[in-house]
Formats: sequence, C-alpha cells, structure tokens
Amino acid sequence: MTGEQRSGLSLQLQQAGPIPLAAKLDCAAGEILALVGPSGSGKSSILRCIAGLLRPQSGSVRCNGEIWLDTVNGVDLPPRRRRVGMVFQNYALFPHMSAVENVMSAMTDVPPEQRLDQARVLLRRVHLDGLEDRRPALLSGGQQQRVAVARALARDPMALLLDEPFSAVDQVTRRKLHRELADLRRQWHMPVILVTHDLNEAAMLADRLCILHRGATLQSGPPQEVKSRPRNALVARLVDLQNVFEGVVREQRESPPLTLIEWPAGRLEVRRQPEFAAGTRVHWVVPPDNIILHRRDRPSRGERENPVAGVVAECLTLGEQISAVMHVAGRADLRLHLTMPAHVARRNRIGEGEPICVSLLAEGIHLMPWQPQTPKDAGAEEPAGI
Amino acid sequence: MDWQALSLSLKLSTWTVIVLLPAGLLLARELAWRRFRGKNLIEATLSLPLVLPPTVLGYYLLVAMGGNAPVGRWYQQWSGHPLVFSFEGLLIASLIFNMPFAVPPMQRALETIPKEMREAAAVCGLSPWRIFRLVELPLAWNGILTAAVLTFAHTLGEFGVVLMVGGSIPGETRTIAIAIYDRVQAFDRDAANSMAALLLALSFVAIVVAQLGGGYLSRRHDR
Repeated sequence: MTGEQRSGLSLQLQQAGPIPLAAKLDCAAGEILALVGPSGSGKSSILRCIAGLLRPQSGSVRCNGEIWLDTVNGVDLPPRRRRVGMVFQNYALFPHMSAVENVMSAMTDVPPEQRLDQARVLLRRVHLDGLEDRRPALLSGGQQQRVAVARALARDPMALLLDEPFSAVDQVTRRKLHRELADLRRQWHMPVILVTHDLNEAAMLADRLCILHRGATLQSGPPQEVKSRPRNALVARLVDLQNVFEGVVREQRESPPLTLIEWPAGRLEVRRQPEFAAGTRVHWVVPPDNIILHRRDRPSRGERENPVAGVVAECLTLGEQISAVMHVAGRADLRLHLTMPAHVARRNRIGEGEPICVSLLAEGIHLMPWQPQTPKDAGAEEPAGI
Repeated sequence: MDWQALSLSLKLSTWTVIVLLPAGLLLARELAWRRFRGKNLIEATLSLPLVLPPTVLGYYLLVAMGGNAPVGRWYQQWSGHPLVFSFEGLLIASLIFNMPFAVPPMQRALETIPKEMREAAAVCGLSPWRIFRLVELPLAWNGILTAAVLTFAHTLGEFGVVLMVGGSIPGETRTIAIAIYDRVQAFDRDAANSMAALLLALSFVAIVVAQLGGGYLSRRHDR
C-alpha cells in the first residue's frame, strides 16, 4: 500500500541522529493514524519531516501522488509548497493577530477579497462564531485549539497533522474536542496523523495505531489488535500491558486447537498459535480483561481454565476501579496485575495479604517471540524468567 | 546654542539608525536562532564597546581608518579624501560603538518568538519574507524600537570616540557633545547650559518613548 497506488500519505524515513529515525508508515485518505510512543520516540520528528520542518538523512514522503521528499532524487519541497495543515502542541497561534486573522494567514492561495468570508466560515465550523476578533490571549485553551484547527484547515490541506493537540486542555474540554475531531473527520476526507502519548485517546480516536520506539515503527494496526496482539514484549509494554512473562512452548494440539506452554507457575493452555514450535522460548502476555477472578461465595464454570492461585500484594483504589497486584503462590517474582470494579473487590474481600485465585483465559493469552533483552526505558517491569 | 552641531548630531544619529537597524536585525536573527561555532565570541565582541574606554575604541578606529591602514588607504583611494575627520568616518565609528545598544535588544526580542510559531508560519504557506513581515517583525517590534531609540540617543551623546575619530571640524564632525565641551573650555556657560539641557531632554524623551512604546506593544497582544 503506497502513496502512488492510492490517495493518502506514505513515508519512509531514516536517520542515525541526533534523533534516530527508522520509520515507515502510510495513512489513507479519511483515516486517522495515531503515532504512539514514549517521549523521545520520534513522534513529533516524523510530523516535522512530513511538514518539511525537518529534513531526515534519507527517506521519502508522498501525498496523493505528489512527492514532497525524495532524498535519492534530491526532492525536498519547503513547508509552504507542501499542502499540510498542522496543529502544534501549544497551538503556536500568532498572538498579535485575531482569531480570524490567524486563520486568514494560512489562506495564501485564496484571493485576498475572499479570505475574510472563508475564514469566518471555518471558524463557524469549529464553533467559534462571535469570537473572530479576539486575540489568542483572550481565548480559552479549547478555543485556541479550535482556532489552530481552523488555521490548519484553511490551506485546504492534503493531510492534517495533529501534534498532541489535546494535551493543553482540561478533561472536559478534551472530551468535547475529541467529539469535534470525529465530526471534522466526516467533513474532510484526508489522511490525519495524530501524535499522542495518551494510549486511551489514541485507541478512541484512531483507526490505526502506530507504535514507535526510538524513531522506529514497531507495529501498526487497529487499536484493539495492537493492544491484544502485540508483536513483541516491547510493544506490549509500550501499549501498557503489564502482564508480560516468559515461557516455553511444550506442545501444539490440533484438537482442541491449543498451544501448551510452561511458565514458572505451571502449565498453561493458550489459544493455538502454531508458528511457535514445541521447545521454543517465548514471551507471553495476557491483557487484564482476560484475567477472571474466582468468586469466593460460589465456583463458576471458567475456574478450570488456567487457574492461578496467589496472594494480593498491593491493592489500590482508583475511583470506582481497584488495581491489584497478585503474587503467584510460591513465586513472589511473578506478579499479575488485575483491575476490577470496586464492588467486585468488596464482595470478594480483596485486600492486601488476602489469598485469591484467578483464571487466565486461554483465548486472551498471546505468544510473542522471546527477546533476549527487554528495554527498561519502556517503563515496565522485566518479565519473570523461567 | 550651536545649531550646526545639533543638526550634525541629529544627522549622524538618523543615519546610524537607518544603517545599523537593518544590518543589526539580520545579525540579531542569526544570533537568536542559530547555533554555530564562535557565537559566544561574536556576542562578546559586540558587547566590547560597552566596557572599553571610548578613547581606546576611538584610538583603534583612528588607526584603522588612517592612511597607513588598509581600510583607510582603500577609502582614500576610492573617495579621494581621508576617512578620519570626515562624516563618513564618524558614521562608521558610530555604527561600531552602537552595536551593543542595537543588536542585543533585537536579539532578546527575537529569542522570545517560539520556534514553533515560526514553523507554524511556514506550515501556513508563508514565504520567508512574509514570515518576517507578518510574524517576526510585529512580535519583535518592541526590541526593534528599543534598539532604535537607544542607538539614536547614544549617538547624540557620544563624546570620546567622536572626538578621537572626528576631531571637532564645524559642520563636518563637531557634534553637539563636542560643542558642549568646546563651550565649557571657552567659559561660555550659557551656551553649554542650553545645549546640555537640550541633550538631557532629548535623551529623557527617547527613553520614555521606548518604554511607553514597548509597553503599548506588549499590551496590544493581550487585547
């Protein structure tokens, strides 16, 4: 899938330093692609390369068949010749211009006599009618963000780049702006690249996630797929999956279709993943919604599925949710992270030091190639060895 | 009152502002936004006239502009008259001793424009010239005004360098500051008094204009 074959944006960037880049991605017209990764992973640098604000050592950027960058053939269009709309993290509105003047400043291709009317129409679209003549300092964070969006759209761009556009507004405004972005997307059929380090925001707004680490694209796909089927342990950690462990494949069964693995706490039945031969060392992950707490008052049907007993080591109340860490019985180095509604925790008397039992659903356990080193900078714990 | 000296001072100040401001603005942009080897050295050199005794700076300029130095020799061959003790020589000296009054205020003002804002202007499709005119100039106007006023006022009052490089040739190099000195030497206290008072008033007005102008421009962004 490349830019030449279809409308949309495609790019390939390589750079050794100062910000390393080894990114390859594409975004179709009408699609929202979220770039997700920790600070310094190169998210904003990729946006800057697309906009022409940063020249990578080598690479190409194509949009709707137009070549914006091709280092092999010496093509590198300046930002003003790439029709992109960009919303900066702090909006970068011109403080000496009113809202409408900010929008008009990007209408370089529109005849001067039409600019004011068109800018007012754009501001109305982002629900800012009546505030056209205000300077940015007199607008709220959410209103400034809307002016920035209107200014980005004023060029009639081929692609829209959003660099953490929601990071500077409060939670309520953020939710409102999320809805407005979804609304805008229906009206403007163009590739939208959203940079964020808020995984929930990315999963909610984007059609696809692209996970970045040290400038390299590790995995891209629909949010649910990336979150439930990470390509490797690093991606699992970057999408905040905490239950990553090591194991060894023991058997591949045809009927019922299962893969058996062994980890320090015993054997586990796993959704069949035949690409891992018996004897292969693997990393495996189980998303929190695939860990079922056994009820104390009465047993349930799922309890026979990969039961794991242990003791609650930590218990944290986060609003209506309880976040607990369980030490697997006899193995304090094996820590399972669980979340559950507060009433479930109360009913099952979940508290520090209490013994509990959970089931790991076979369907939710995902195997990944074993990696000798697990980078610590992803901010997660090391998987427990076998 | 030596009107000829006042007129010459105003002429010198005006020409210094006209020549130094655009050149200083280009230099200030480079210093504000680019990182390069030797940047600190350039900044230190620009500030040197602030701490150097005017007679020392004047002496070196006198030597550099003299007929035995390449610059002075070249100028004399080209124009037919020496650079020292001429208005042109005075203007060159004025450009140099005003560097620390012109460049740093503009540099500081430009440094306050976030990089993101200049990048946003580029992404908006503006050409480099339009970015300069529509974004950089209005946002750095405060510093440019300060630079202009300081340069103008400082040129009016400069004494040591002007005396060393220009001497005191009526109508050519005798500025109002030199005229005051001459009048004091000649015990003409009345003339010295009136010229000193005028210089004091002009300098005070210049500083007030810079402050009011700067305050107005920064308030305008908040309205």
